[in-house]
Amino acid sequence: MKPIRRQRLILIILMIAGIGTAVGFALKSFNDNLMYFFSTTDVDNGKAPKDALFRLGGMVVKGTVERPGDGLTVRFKLTDFSKEVTVEYTGILPDLFREGQGIVANGKLDARGVFVAEEVLAKHDENYMPPEVKASLKQELKNQ
Amino acid sequence: MKFIPDPIGRFCHRMASPPHFYALSGKLLPWLTGIFLILLACGLYGGLYLAPPDYQQGDSYRIIYIHVPSAWMSLFIYIVMAITGAIGLIWRIKLAEIVAISSASVGASFTFIALVTGSLWGKPMWGTWWVWDARLTSELILLFLYLGVIGLYNAIDDKRTASKAVAILALVGVVNIPIIHYSVEWWNTLHQGPTVTKMDKPSIHVSMLIPLLLMAIAFKFYYVIAMLQRARLELLQRERTAAWVKKLVSEPSNSSS
Repeated sequence: MKPIRRQRLILIILMIAGIGTAVGFALKSFNDNLMYFFSTTDVDNGKAPKDALFRLGGMVVKGTVERPGDGLTVRFKLTDFSKEVTVEYTGILPDLFREGQGIVANGKLDARGVFVAEEVLAKHDENYMPPEVKASLKQELKNQ
Repeated sequence: MKFIPDPIGRFCHRMASPPHFYALSGKLLPWLTGIFLILLACGLYGGLYLAPPDYQQGDSYRIIYIHVPSAWMSLFIYIVMAITGAIGLIWRIKLAEIVAISSASVGASFTFIALVTGSLWGKPMWGTWWVWDARLTSELILLFLYLGVIGLYNAIDDKRTASKAVAILALVGVVNIPIIHYSVEWWNTLHQGPTVTKMDKPSIHVSMLIPLLLMAIAFKFYYVIAMLQRARLELLQRERTAAWVKKLVSEPSNSSS
């Protein structure tokens, strides 16, 4: 390799390393803002903002979805498998909403500590399988 | 210091010669197109007809046969563009510069397709067209990087200078690639985590995985075809005063296109 070319190569590597470090530090310092949602443990620890909108993510706890009244209001519990938070929502739920499903809700905490959601989004997991496979997986779990 | 063994070096030198590249790519294009069409037909038939519906999403998951390969291609093409850009900067090889800029618009299209198909799927599944989570935002930045590369290239008249500027922009933007890939692991995002590219076995059933991989290879072939066609045109424009182009134009019967 000719010296001039090696020099250019080193220059390019240094440039990428420099930018990479800078961006790395920037992302690290903005880490909290880049989190799309707070977990239920964050809410329990008081890390989530009071009197302001924020997003709360977690799994819908099985058997907690109830509809008080005859309207569109739904109440359910969210968990991250360590702490639970009760969520209330009035409106139409997305197709993937169900018990045991991961969701992200946008709203704020009220005085009772209940999270009043203005918007509920379903978080899809990364698993794809035919219905028969899912059924046999369930069967296996039951047999264990 | 010997970096590259001699036979490979000689091969690269021959490939980098414009007339040779033009003739060879002209011969390759029909074959590449044939393979692409076969792969595309198999992938679409497998994905849209043979593959079973998903246990949760039913048939709407089938958008992954377009969305996921497009998203992979958007990252892959950017890496190709950055590497060929760097080769152009270091060795001043004209052909590398041409491959870099010819890749940009193909990559931009794939990024756009990935964003649009994801958005169309997101409305029924997530309940929203768009969210500003780390994955979606970094992919949008990738689209802007591609558009920036195309715009910058067209803004500078001298194409050798333009290629250098574009290569530097592409190399600066390369930090975005690992961010896109790892965004779903580093931060909480609405977008799901990786399905196929994680270390243990992929969390997708094999009957759904095979058409997905076929589509991914088909898209790779499409990229090579589209990029070569753009590169050939760009090469002719840049070399329009060279003897081999004049010869090609005056004897159209011998040209391989």
